[in-house]
Amino acid sequence: MSDTNSPGQPGTGGPGDSSWPEYLTGAERHGASSSGPSGASAAEPEGRGGPRRVIGTPPPAAARTMLPPDGGAAGREAVRELPAGPEDPARAKRVEKLVAACFIIAGLAGLAFLVFYSTIGVGSLTRVLHSNLALGGSMALMFLLLGIGATLWVRHLMPAVELTEQRHPMASTQQERAAFKETFNEGAETSQFVKRPLIRRSLIAATVPLAVAPIFLLRDLGPLPGTSLDYTVWRKGLRLLVYGTNRPVTAAEFSTPGSIISVGPEGYLDDDDAMAKAAVTLIKFRPGEIVYGPPAKPGGATVRNTVVPNWTVDNIVAYSKICTHLGCPAALYEQTTHRILCPCHQSTFLATEGARVIFGPATRPLPQLPIGVDAQGYLIALSDFNQPVGPSFWERS
Amino acid sequence: MSWITARRRHPVAGYLVVAFVLVLIGTAYAVITSGSATASSPAAANSAQIAEGRNLFVEDCATCHGLYAEGVANQAPSLIGVGAAAVDFQVSTGRMPAAELGAENERKPPHLNPTQTRAVAAYIQSLGGGPEIPSAAQVSTAGANVGLGQQLFVANCAACHNFVGAGGALTDGKFAPSLVPSTPTQIYEAMLTGPEAMPAFNDLTITPQEKRDIIAYVTQVRAEPNPGGFSLGRIGPVTEGLVAFLGLLFFMVLAALWITAKHGKAHE
Amino acid sequence: MSVERALEGTGAWLDDRLHGARGVRVLLRKIFPDHWSFLLGEIILYSFIILLLTGTFLTLWFQPSMSDVIYHGSYVPLRGVRMSEAYASTLHISFDVRGGLLIRQIHHWAADLFMAAIMAHMIRIFFTGAYRKPREINWLIGIVLFTLGMFEGLFGYSLPDDLLSGAGLRITEGILQSFPIVGTYLAFFLFGGPFPGHDIIPRMYILHVLVIPGVILALVTVHLFLMFHQKHTQMPGKGRTNENVVGAPMYPYFMAKTGAFFFFTFAALALAATFTQINPIWLYGPYNPVAMSAGSQPDFYMGALEGSLRMFPPWQWVFFGHTFAFNVFVPALLPLGIVFGGAAAWPFLEQWITGDRREHHLNDRPRNAPTRTALGIAMITFYGVLWAEGANDIIADHLDISLYLTTWIARIAWLVAPILAYIITKRICLGLQRKDAHLLEHGVETGIIRQLPGGEFIEETRPVDEEALAVLTSRNVPPPLPALVAAETEVPPPGMRGRLGKVRERLYNVVTESVPLPEPHGNGHGNGHAVEGNGHGQESLPAGSSTEPGGGEDQH
Repeated sequence: MSDTNSPGQPGTGGPGDSSWPEYLTGAERHGASSSGPSGASAAEPEGRGGPRRVIGTPPPAAARTMLPPDGGAAGREAVRELPAGPEDPARAKRVEKLVAACFIIAGLAGLAFLVFYSTIGVGSLTRVLHSNLALGGSMALMFLLLGIGATLWVRHLMPAVELTEQRHPMASTQQERAAFKETFNEGAETSQFVKRPLIRRSLIAATVPLAVAPIFLLRDLGPLPGTSLDYTVWRKGLRLLVYGTNRPVTAAEFSTPGSIISVGPEGYLDDDDAMAKAAVTLIKFRPGEIVYGPPAKPGGATVRNTVVPNWTVDNIVAYSKICTHLGCPAALYEQTTHRILCPCHQSTFLATEGARVIFGPATRPLPQLPIGVDAQGYLIALSDFNQPVGPSFWERS
Repeated sequence: MSWITARRRHPVAGYLVVAFVLVLIGTAYAVITSGSATASSPAAANSAQIAEGRNLFVEDCATCHGLYAEGVANQAPSLIGVGAAAVDFQVSTGRMPAAELGAENERKPPHLNPTQTRAVAAYIQSLGGGPEIPSAAQVSTAGANVGLGQQLFVANCAACHNFVGAGGALTDGKFAPSLVPSTPTQIYEAMLTGPEAMPAFNDLTITPQEKRDIIAYVTQVRAEPNPGGFSLGRIGPVTEGLVAFLGLLFFMVLAALWITAKHGKAHE
Repeated sequence: MSVERALEGTGAWLDDRLHGARGVRVLLRKIFPDHWSFLLGEIILYSFIILLLTGTFLTLWFQPSMSDVIYHGSYVPLRGVRMSEAYASTLHISFDVRGGLLIRQIHHWAADLFMAAIMAHMIRIFFTGAYRKPREINWLIGIVLFTLGMFEGLFGYSLPDDLLSGAGLRITEGILQSFPIVGTYLAFFLFGGPFPGHDIIPRMYILHVLVIPGVILALVTVHLFLMFHQKHTQMPGKGRTNENVVGAPMYPYFMAKTGAFFFFTFAALALAATFTQINPIWLYGPYNPVAMSAGSQPDFYMGALEGSLRMFPPWQWVFFGHTFAFNVFVPALLPLGIVFGGAAAWPFLEQWITGDRREHHLNDRPRNAPTRTALGIAMITFYGVLWAEGANDIIADHLDISLYLTTWIARIAWLVAPILAYIITKRICLGLQRKDAHLLEHGVETGIIRQLPGGEFIEETRPVDEEALAVLTSRNVPPPLPALVAAETEVPPPGMRGRLGKVRERLYNVVTESVPLPEPHGNGHGNGHAVEGNGHGQESLPAGSSTEPGGGEDQH
């Protein structure tokens, strides 16, 4: 039979429909008309009421009786819904031993966990390895055996059973809906909510600031961005220090073509907020590799494909290390192809041509930091970047 | 034997066979792919060594690099000025002689033994100078500042080689190799000379001590045990996700299949 | 016996106060249908419980603070390194607290399993049509839980403030920043200023341990209550109709099975945490904004988002001093918006197209809803392409594929692969339906070969057994499109008018495309005559069938 039932209408008529007063008083609604003994057909659903129990396909050996009209409240001994025990007692005994063995070993594993915890210390990689193996192994064994034991129990000790329960349509009956509507309308009328628009509207007006207040309370989560995204901490005269060693760099030292090194502004290398925008990659090129051109106008075209010569020192170019896609350090450099590759999303910048984008989702080239030399010969910044560093944002022109 | 065949229809038999074959394959694979890095010992250059190096060079290298290491356009670069360190690195890792002109030369078993390698290196060094092979003291990690090594490594090296030097992809089929098989000398030489696509870090930018710190970090981390279990390659969440699906979820599905299977043998 | 005494003693005490006998009895006798795929949801539930337990343990030692410290603890390679207190406390848990690493790993594996099981569960619900009325609310709750789970996991693995997750936070900040008009404000408010600031870890912490778990707990409770109240769906089979539930009662069967499954879940996670290392933050090192690693990925459930970001072309528009960073906020919002929005809208869309507003408690076999199944596979393929692209550099490195080529493949495959998947899946479903119809019509081959007097050989077939018959014939037949209001006026019925009505009609034909079941009470076929009905017992075979040779027409 295909399962086309009538569109989800509540049960129609018949002796089973509950009515409103009965529902209110909670009268017992157990099955008044029981089904026939051990058959495969289902009884009619009765609208509201307790779940109807119908016996499904019984295993051969177990005895079955159907529910008496009072739902089994009287005389437990005459009525059974579930078989008392498994069909094959000998096999069940074997399974029982197996399940018990599982549980006993699980218990021992749990005990072992406690012993291992007390005896195996940590504090070094090897000890942590041993501790992890011991604690985790005993815990895993314990749970595994508990699970295996429980599964064997339910599958091989508990007798096979297949029972049927009736569903009711989810929709309430027409009477119930009508009664609900009546109660609701009565209450609305009594509350005067509908009849007195002044109260209603003033209440709604009062809740508006109440609803908006939590959002206002979040205002002090952080400062307004202002223009802070447009600038970094780089200033004229700040020395470039090697990240990690904090040593300044001279052009004479950073002389091997194909070299790179990560640098930051002096005094800020331990300041993560500053370094998140001020990190710079220094690259040394061979003569003739760099393609020179004038600087882009600040706020001008986004595509720039040349290196500004006045901002370099002896074929050393400084680029912002912060990828213009989403801000990861674009730290990967191929000296043979001159590609700066950001490992996050593979934005690729051509370092000989102003770090213009040649692949990937980034839209802007890496800004070039103007560098020069101070009196002692160390590399310094000549000014801040001429454009914002890092990912694009709405206010960036 | 008949003991086994008598039980060939045991419910567990199939699983045991599969497990046995898996163990067999795994052992065979482990045996086949196990290799060891060879260590090289320093030796002073002398004219006999240079002469031997010259002979070896003509035999193995000149076809690509030119008869006097001047390089051949579109084929192999000039080796004049690259230094003994570069040669030692390329030859001791087996990258040179190159098997083919491909995107990148991979590490493979070296063609020349350490003495021969030193000879060729000495020859190239004699042609145009360049970085020397570091001595054992230069690459010794005794007393190194591993913490500083970690910081320098993640700032300058990890973007290509990954957090612990497990390697990573570059563009156009190139890749940054795993640092697991590299000797301290090779690591030093690679930093110094910048082989292939790798940038160079000379001894003034990253001092020898700092290089030793980096080497100490790399060698210590790769040797340390994984306290949490199998490392899954130490490449991060990708392999962890695979294990979550193919291991954990699969196991749970198997458990679910077992729990909900029809009871016992009664329902065949 | 002691059960008796317990019931009389404690049981009576409770019942005196709670009036529970009838209600709890209903619960105890509640029938739960049995199928392995119904346990996928339990994986999620039990992983969540384990997350709560292990997470509570971790909070006892974790310091959600970004203040800098110099490390002098047990892990040697990081001694002397500047790091946040959050990171240092995570190292402390891993190396100086007994069981700390184990619990940390169980927690992270449980989070991975939680998300993997959500995906599997959602897929099961979709392909069996269990989201249909009356379960649309649960479907929507599930989608919300999926999203909450993603955020919960993101915040959770970002708490240790290591290099890998810190890069993820940087990306999160860049994404926020890119939103038009409000982006920079959102970013500055979330992070308390410029990135990284000092507020993000403590803020994520309270979201991760209190707010989101609270919401998840509440929604899971509603989710489970609805499932109880509406009763679980069941798979088609003998005796199973849309109006009943067939299975075993809660007490003791389902309780035992679900208890066993909880143990298995815990065991699996404990095994994973013992033998496979996860999130080794000591190898990643503390976060600093200058450092980066190759092969940086978020946890797998964020992988599709990562892939969308990687494959998107560099499109942006600068207009009157403002930047529309399409290359960021489009891939961040659109692909997953399509997947989740589409999933949320699908039950209602399907109802509108088919006009099927009945209650459905009997699951569909996926093959019997070919268009739905094909669409689902197409969506999974779409998600999968994005997901694979998220790991493209690892794939490029380990499978020797050029890096840029992987991105180009993704840029084409995101559209081509789902279309192909749809076509292929639909054909497969229709083919399977044909196979079912064939089985019904011609029966199961018995392997008995019989020679007819004329010399030819036929194979005998027998009708399928009752259980298979019930499954094969279980089909949801959608209601027909409403007929014309009146034949003469040719006025279309409401819901079918205008252009929208035409669209609906065409979609209806596509969505309901199916191979029809064979006619019952056949057409003179011999062996293996198709039997009508759904578990009503086998009709007697017509004369001239399987037991006699010379079945005549039917040579199949």
